[in-house]
Amino acid sequence: MRFLLIAILLFALPVQAAEEEVVLGLSQDRVAITADFDGSEILIFGAVKRETPIPVTEPLQVIVTVSGPQQPVLVRRKERKFGIWINVDSVLVDSAPTFYAVATSAPFDQVITDTEDLRYRISIKRAIRSVGAAMHIRGAQDFADAVVRVRESEELYSVRENTVAVDQQTLFRTAIDMPADLTEGDYTARIFLTRNGKVVSHYETNIDVRKVGLERFLYSMSREQPFWYGLMSLAIAIAAGWGASAAFRLLRNN
Amino acid sequence: MQIYLPIAEVSVNAFLLLGLGGMVGILSGMFGVGGGFLMTPLLFFIGIPPVVAVATEANQIVASSFSGVLAHFRRRTVDIKMGLVLQAGGLIGAAFGVLVFNYLKAQGQVDLLVKLCYVVFLGVVGGLMFIESLNAILKSKKSGGAAAARRQRSWIHALPFKMRFRTSGLYISVIPPVLVGISVGILAAIMGVGGGFIMVPAMIYILGMPTKVVIGTSLFQIITVTAFTTMLHATTNYTVDIVLAVLLLIGGVIGAQIGTRIGVYMKAEQLRILLALMVIIVCGTLAMDLLLTPSELFSLGAQGGH
Repeated sequence: MRFLLIAILLFALPVQAAEEEVVLGLSQDRVAITADFDGSEILIFGAVKRETPIPVTEPLQVIVTVSGPQQPVLVRRKERKFGIWINVDSVLVDSAPTFYAVATSAPFDQVITDTEDLRYRISIKRAIRSVGAAMHIRGAQDFADAVVRVRESEELYSVRENTVAVDQQTLFRTAIDMPADLTEGDYTARIFLTRNGKVVSHYETNIDVRKVGLERFLYSMSREQPFWYGLMSLAIAIAAGWGASAAFRLLRNN
Repeated sequence: MQIYLPIAEVSVNAFLLLGLGGMVGILSGMFGVGGGFLMTPLLFFIGIPPVVAVATEANQIVASSFSGVLAHFRRRTVDIKMGLVLQAGGLIGAAFGVLVFNYLKAQGQVDLLVKLCYVVFLGVVGGLMFIESLNAILKSKKSGGAAAARRQRSWIHALPFKMRFRTSGLYISVIPPVLVGISVGILAAIMGVGGGFIMVPAMIYILGMPTKVVIGTSLFQIITVTAFTTMLHATTNYTVDIVLAVLLLIGGVIGAQIGTRIGVYMKAEQLRILLALMVIIVCGTLAMDLLLTPSELFSLGAQGGH
C-alpha cells in the first residue's frame, strides 16, 4: 500500500513540473546473492505526477525495463569439422546486458513507436550494441541474434507484454522475476510513460545486485588472493574429507 | 535446497550435489577407483562449466585421497622413493597440462579438449576393461584360470640412469617412472582426474612394481600432483569452487563407506564389467555431444582469458 500513500502525498503537493512525471517505488533497491539465493522478485510501482488534467487522447502506457550491467560478450560459432562440432569463429559483441527484462502495459508495438524505441534503446535487440563487430565474418548480425536467443532460453532476457498494471492512468505496478543465475553489478530500472507511442517522461534508478557474506568472501578472495584461496581450498577439503572418514572409523569401532 | 556456487556462478540443488558425490563415492568404494573420471563428466551434465569442474575435481581428489594415503603410510605400503620420482614427472606434466589448458581456453577450444580427452580415455579404458572382464568370466567358467606370468626382463632394463627402489625391490632406470608421472600429470591438469586408472596398470605392467605397494604409492603421487594442479588452476583461472568441492566430498566419503560394504558381496569380475559398462555409457553420452548437430550452434563466453 506504500505506493498509494506516495500517490496521495504527491497529489497533495503542488509542485511545478512537466506535464506528466514518474514517481517511483521499489520493493527493494538491492538484491543480495547469498548461499541459498534462488532468484528474486522485484516489485516496481509508482505514480504519475501531473499538474494538468489527464489528457483525453490515447491512454497512458507504461514500460518498465530492468537491465543488468553491460558487458562485452564473446560469441562463438560451432561448425562440423572432421565429424565433430567445434568452435570455428567468434565475434565480440561490444556490450550486452547480462540480464534484460522489458515489461509493458500493452503489446509492445502499441506502446511505443520504432523511432522512440531506437532513441531510448528499449527493446531487447536495441539494448545490445555490436557496432565494432568484426565485419570480415559473414553474418555478424547472426552473432548478436545468438546472444539474444541464448539468453532468452536461459530466461535472462524477456519481454513481458501486458504485465504492467496501470490504474486510472495514474498508478502502475509490475513484478520482475530475476533468475538464480544472476551476474552481480549495478542493475538499472527504467520507467517510460508513453502516449501515442511517444515517450512523455522517463525515470531511471539503480538496483544493486551483490554477492554477500560467504559468497562475497570466497569470490573476492579467489580473485584477489588466489594463492591463499587455493591453499585454503586444499586445507578445507582435506580437513572435511579426513574428518568425515575419521568420524566413520569411530562409528564402526563403537 | 538450492545453493549458489560462488565461483561457478550457478545455482544448483545441494542434495543433487551430495547425491552425485555419494553415487560416485559408492562406485569408488566398490571398485577401488578414485572416481574423478566419472565425477567430472557428471558435473558437465548438470551444468557446471567444464573449466570449473576440472579444477574443483582436482581439489576434491586431494581431499578424498588424503585419508587413504595416511592409511597406506601406517601400513608401510608406500614406496616413497618411487613416489617422489613419479611426482617429479607429475609436476612437470601438470604444469605443461595447465599451460595447454589455458592456451586453449583463450582460443575457446578448452571445452572441446576436455570432452575429447574424456571420450578417448573413457572409450579406451572402458572398452579394454569390458573385454578383459568378459574374458575373465568366460575363462573362469571353463577352468580354474591360470595366473599370467609377469614378464621378467624387458626393454625397461636396458635404459640408463638406474636407481634402486628398496620398498618395491626394483633396480630400474628412472626414465619410465618419470614418463608415467608426466603423462598422469597432464591428465590431472586437463581432465581433473587423479589418473590412478592409468597409473596403476602402468606401475604393475610397465614398471613391474609389487601389487601391495602400487595403490599406496599411486595415491602418494596423486595427492601431490592434484594439489599442485589445484593451485595452478586457482591462481591462473580462478576456477576452484570450494563450496562445490566440499559438498561433493561429503557425499563422496559417505558413499565410499557404503560402496566398500557392497563391494564385499560381489564378485570381482562382475564388479569390473559393471564399471566398464558405466564408463562406456558416460563416454557415449559425451561423444553424442560432439557428434550430434547441436540445437544451438552459438555459445557465449567472457572476453578472452582474464
